[in-house]
Amino acid sequence: MKPIDQISVQFMSRSVNEGFARGVVSAFLARADPTVEQLIDVKTAVSEAVTNAIVHGYPGHLGPVKLTLAFYETGLVKITVADKGCGIEDVQKAMQPLYTTGDPELRAGLGFAVMQNFTDKLAVHSKPGKGTRVVLYKQLGRRE
Amino acid sequence: MAKVVFRQVGSALVAHLSGEIDHHAAEKLRQEIEQQLERRPVEQLCLDFGGVGFMDSSGVGLILGRARRMRAEQGKLTVADVPPSLGKMLDLAGIPYTAKEDKQ
Repeated sequence: MKPIDQISVQFMSRSVNEGFARGVVSAFLARADPTVEQLIDVKTAVSEAVTNAIVHGYPGHLGPVKLTLAFYETGLVKITVADKGCGIEDVQKAMQPLYTTGDPELRAGLGFAVMQNFTDKLAVHSKPGKGTRVVLYKQLGRRE
Repeated sequence: MAKVVFRQVGSALVAHLSGEIDHHAAEKLRQEIEQQLERRPVEQLCLDFGGVGFMDSSGVGLILGRARRMRAEQGKLTVADVPPSLGKMLDLAGIPYTAKEDKQ
């Protein structure tokens, strides 16, 4: 299946770009006429994925984060967040709710749980030393 | 830009949060709340989310961290005035809260 339209943006792993990424999502999804809830769901999931890339992909240094959004005729939205950072040793473990290697004063360890709950499908590809790619799918309703 | 404004109500401190709470904003909010609690310890801290337009799990981290601190000092934390758009996140995290009332 080929997307009707697709965009990619790449930015540096600065935390200010978490809000920028959400802005890109809102602007791109406007064409898909999502419900308020669907838009919040996708923005939240993207915010988690981008934060993970910034905090865990590049701890203590900067690197590129690439956000790709694709929209299909069926109303499906595919979101890819990719970094070239340190990667995840054990993806299964990292995806457990409440598991975090971040500062427990700030990080709840809920990033992947939120991505899972706020989208229809989540796939995580990671190689230590190579980077991580998170793919999220959200089916938006087809308007009559 | 996320903001926090404080108001003392009896023995409670109410922190009125506004803007978008993400990882970028959470550290600054945490510091401001901590500073306020250092200056004036209280029995109850109320986090008021009435002005918050967006929140990801960074907000959950902010709440849980403050709840731990209040508990350690025999105090209490409440989460109030939560807009409908934030309900799903707090439900997922299992955080009790009172919802924002519809203003007629």
